[in-house]
Amino acid sequence: MVEFLSFRDGETTQEPAVTVESFTGQTNATAVRIEAGEDARELLPYLDRLSLVEVNFPAYGDGRGYSAARILRESGYQGELRAVGDVLVDQINAMRRCGFDSFHPAKPLDDAAVDRALNRYADVYQKAIDGRQPVWAKRHPETING
Amino acid sequence: MYRYDSYDQSIVDARVEEFRDQVQRRLTGALTEDQFKPLRLMNGLYLQLHAYMLRVAIPYGTLSGKQMRKLGEIAAKYDKGYGHFTTRQNLQYNWIKLADAPDILAELATVEMHAIQTSGNCIRNISSDQYAGVSADEVADPRPWAELLRQWSSFHPEFTYLPRKFKICVIASDDDRAAMKLHDIGLKLVSKDGVIGAEVYAGGGMGRTPMVAPQIRDFVPEEEIISYLEACLRVYNRYGRRDNKYKARIKILVHEIGVEDYKRQVEEEFAHMRTLGLNPPTEELDRIRAFFANPAYDTGLDEEIDLADPAFALWVDRQVAAHKAPGYAIVNISLKPLTGIPGDASAEQIELVATLAEQYSLDELRVTHAQNLVLPHVKKTDLYAIWQKLEEAGLAEANLDLITDIIACPGLDYCALANARSIPLAQKIAQRFAAAERQAELGELKLKISGCINACGHHHAGHIGILGVDRKGVENFQLSLGGSGAEDTSLGQITGPGFSEDGVVDAIEKVTDLYLAQRESGERFLDTYRRLGMKPFKEAIYG
Repeated sequence: MVEFLSFRDGETTQEPAVTVESFTGQTNATAVRIEAGEDARELLPYLDRLSLVEVNFPAYGDGRGYSAARILRESGYQGELRAVGDVLVDQINAMRRCGFDSFHPAKPLDDAAVDRALNRYADVYQKAIDGRQPVWAKRHPETING
Repeated sequence: MYRYDSYDQSIVDARVEEFRDQVQRRLTGALTEDQFKPLRLMNGLYLQLHAYMLRVAIPYGTLSGKQMRKLGEIAAKYDKGYGHFTTRQNLQYNWIKLADAPDILAELATVEMHAIQTSGNCIRNISSDQYAGVSADEVADPRPWAELLRQWSSFHPEFTYLPRKFKICVIASDDDRAAMKLHDIGLKLVSKDGVIGAEVYAGGGMGRTPMVAPQIRDFVPEEEIISYLEACLRVYNRYGRRDNKYKARIKILVHEIGVEDYKRQVEEEFAHMRTLGLNPPTEELDRIRAFFANPAYDTGLDEEIDLADPAFALWVDRQVAAHKAPGYAIVNISLKPLTGIPGDASAEQIELVATLAEQYSLDELRVTHAQNLVLPHVKKTDLYAIWQKLEEAGLAEANLDLITDIIACPGLDYCALANARSIPLAQKIAQRFAAAERQAELGELKLKISGCINACGHHHAGHIGILGVDRKGVENFQLSLGGSGAEDTSLGQITGPGFSEDGVVDAIEKVTDLYLAQRESGERFLDTYRRLGMKPFKEAIYG
């Protein structure tokens, strides 16, 4: 069982994450935690100094964190993006696709199950954040630049 | 028809294996029912009153003979010999064993079918017009768009845990046969300066707070539809209510913040989304479109139909619609026999219809949101032979859009959510109005029954709608009038206090008698109601 999973090269951030409100009010914090319902776009002016964004999933069925993650990645955030809270093995793959690269679930995960979940689907239908080529791009390689 | 390529097949096969693994973990006790529930719900498996129910997607309502035959085989092998066609172009099996579910999905995958996202708070089966591709009045065939959306919405990484379920419908005709404006998002294909795009409607739906979707955009070109829908969904995913499941549908968001504010947010998000390269190249829609090209219709066919047999003539008059190709017709097969269960078909009937599709309809058939079946490409000269076979199988009821063509949910006989039994009521109404002359006299009259407030039987959209409620442990039926799921979409109004099962049948008779007495030339029941308003109908019922 694993309590923490990282897909980043090198170190993960150890600094405790502060709330969005507290983060935007100070100048030296580099780690922040977004609660479900908070607007990830509030962080966009500060992406350069952030090294960790934690996104909390209060319940696995609360999918707001997926949008928060994509918004940050689409805006160029390169730092660590960590899913915390009610993170289950069955959601890990979608979270990876939305740009999460580390996980600190409330309950530890079974490593073998995580491996299976991440490798189950050889193909995907959508372009997302993980750089995987969607099926439509594979079907029409001549139309994809670069 | 669309055919899977190796990518489509591998995704569906992977899902079967994933679900097999999940069921295995449940059967061995590694997963509790609570842990298993969200997993099975993502795959259309519900625990109902008596057994598991499996909901199979029929994407945009189009099927081949082989696919239909497989549905029949599964009904015979794993169910009690029946399938139930639903108002969302799905098929439900009501008596499934959990241990069999993975094998059923594996069998479906062999004919390019699945149960992916037929439940859960995700984008559901994409629905469409049952006459797509064969009606003369469409701008383009909506099914290539629907298939593009099926693929885009399958396992969407951002939109799989939405506030609530999400239903999308695509049509392309002015005549709306799919209740487009009663979907979370409705697309109507239109042509603008020779370019095909979509009008977009958002925030429609039935349930306990029915709403007709307002238009949020008059044109999205086809090459940007995916990024536009991503914008619509993202705004909903972020801001749709999650505090109360009864207020979580997009219609509540659009209503609470106002359509203008929702539009503004979508436009802002769309401006961002369209920069991300999310849209497939136009070649992809072209690739899909090629599967839906016109089949090779024969030419020089006889247009005459020999109507010497009066029962056949009656059936042709009611069940057969105009086809765009000369010499061809569209056949509607009623799944509303007077003593049957609306939408139910036996394994043998399913097998027969599969064979008819192969022999007479260029290997294609459709299912409708009104729980009927369609053979879309039938030579007029074959109509009599088809009718005879349908007649033998109990499938030749001539009641399309008449009062006995009742939409009804499974109700308390099957469903764990229901408050009242829809099926026995539908049967009582059908028997009261059984006489063919009486039905014909009443003309188009869409009667819809839901066994609870979730409105699976579309009662809000019925010219006559019935909602079953529980009143202190007794089934009670509320009557509403004036709804429509067609291009003139409207929501029915409740007449007043509810009725017993027999009482509501009497009340329907009173309102239809009033209609017959008051109608002006050419008026349908709905038109007369709209002209007169509720008052005289109320007086007739309660006066």
